[in-house]
Amino acid sequence: MTPPFVQIDGVSMRYGGVEGTLALRDASLDVGDGEFVAVVGPSGCGKSTLMRLVTGLWPPTEGTVIVDGAEVDGPLSIAGMAFQNPTLLPWRNIIDNVMLPLEVVQPHRRQLRAQRGTYERRARDLLKLVGLDGFEAKFPWQLSGGMQQRASLCRALVHDPRLLMLDEPFGALDVFTREDLWDVMQAVWLAKKPTVILVTHDLKEAVYLADRVLIMSSRPGRIIAERRVPYPRPRRLEQTYEAEFQAIVHELRDRISEARKGEATDVR
Amino acid sequence: MSARSARSAEALAEAARRRRRLENALPWLVTIGMFAVWEAAVRAFDIQPFILPAPSAIAESMVKWWYPLMTNSWATLLTTFVGFIMAVGFGLSLGVLIGSSVLVYRGLYPLLIAFNSVPKVAVVPILVIWFGAGFWPAVLTAFLISFFPIVVNVATGIATVEPELRDVLRALGARPIDIIMKVGLPRAMPYFFASLKVAITVAFVGSIISETVAANEGIGHLMLVASSRFDVPLVFAGLIVTGVMGVLMYWVAVTIEERTTGWATRGQNDPRLATGG
Repeated sequence: MTPPFVQIDGVSMRYGGVEGTLALRDASLDVGDGEFVAVVGPSGCGKSTLMRLVTGLWPPTEGTVIVDGAEVDGPLSIAGMAFQNPTLLPWRNIIDNVMLPLEVVQPHRRQLRAQRGTYERRARDLLKLVGLDGFEAKFPWQLSGGMQQRASLCRALVHDPRLLMLDEPFGALDVFTREDLWDVMQAVWLAKKPTVILVTHDLKEAVYLADRVLIMSSRPGRIIAERRVPYPRPRRLEQTYEAEFQAIVHELRDRISEARKGEATDVR
Repeated sequence: MSARSARSAEALAEAARRRRRLENALPWLVTIGMFAVWEAAVRAFDIQPFILPAPSAIAESMVKWWYPLMTNSWATLLTTFVGFIMAVGFGLSLGVLIGSSVLVYRGLYPLLIAFNSVPKVAVVPILVIWFGAGFWPAVLTAFLISFFPIVVNVATGIATVEPELRDVLRALGARPIDIIMKVGLPRAMPYFFASLKVAITVAFVGSIISETVAANEGIGHLMLVASSRFDVPLVFAGLIVTGVMGVLMYWVAVTIEERTTGWATRGQNDPRLATGG
């Protein structure tokens, strides 16, 4: 068996020195190459902390994070990230926003000037994939929130990252837009097959998109359970209304309630 | 669309045009009105010209002394501009440094605030001792008085980059210098241009302060000489010329701002033209 792409082993994270808040305690998880994993949990359980540890933005207080066979000791350059807030640059039009990573990441950075045409086509293809063709020259403020989030996804994907970290990227959108973007996300994943870690608090979203759903306990966070999602892809939105799908969602919800009750007794 | 609604749309557009015309004319109307009231008050209360000259007397003095007014304004404009350009260069670099490094911020900020609190008129004699009376003390006073707002604004723009955006770039392997060039600086530009409007006007103040203390040309020097001769209309002529120069420089700064950072004020000038949401 090939070793997992992302290996988190006994990781703890404490903010603000020895007396600070313990955000993660002894968290361990493995993610296979090209796997789509969703992490769910009660709010404030350290999901976003987990993301920043995996991408090497922050070093863990204890334990090791291994990505692609090497221990992470600084920011990775193979990761794409998208957040709840689209964080597009208002002074750049959509295509220039999407191409921002190419101006930073090697080896694209070196080749960008010489092969601008090729890269621009790549960005246009991505925009088409998420349904934004024709909006290349528009500025972020001319787009709706959902469209900005699509562009933000393109920016996370344009340099073909092997690891995609999504921190509640659909959290601020209305239900219809969100469901549209689930299908966009699914199409993108099927087309590019990156390894994805999706942090979310929407159980339906987690089950619909992921191969495997991991459940975290309340702070200090720990992976307490996991649930494999058996559906083949491509999945259809109608499936989310079927009894079996609903059963998985309910099962996850029960485990999270248990986790929250556990917190109440743990602390006191 | 019925004829009636077409008519009312027409009427609305006409009203909007009238309003725009009024908005454009308003600065002139107010200025002219102020001078008219001034003139009337001087005549009505029979105020002596060496206390408050009437605008007509000031205009007369301007015509009479047009040549020294012009050459001295030019000298002031030059010193102000050189000092201002120095302030832009220095303020921008120091602002980037302070905005991107907490250490530099902690170390330098108290000193900067202390420095900014010193009245620049007290510094002019020192500059005169170092450089002699004339061009350089005026330039340096303009510089010293105008770089601070630029530093503060640029530093604010750079220090307030969204943490998520910083994370996105760092996760791509961006170096700190990349983050400053790609995000920090463009983001600081609206703050920078806003500070230029303040900086250019206070740079004038700096030049003129220095000229009134120690100089042999410049509009400040001219006003000093005029007041020592009790030629109060000429003093006021100098003040008005200074005001006009200030407005012109401000206008230049605003024009550059609108050309370069329109993205930051999109649709705010006219909410009816705003698109998207």
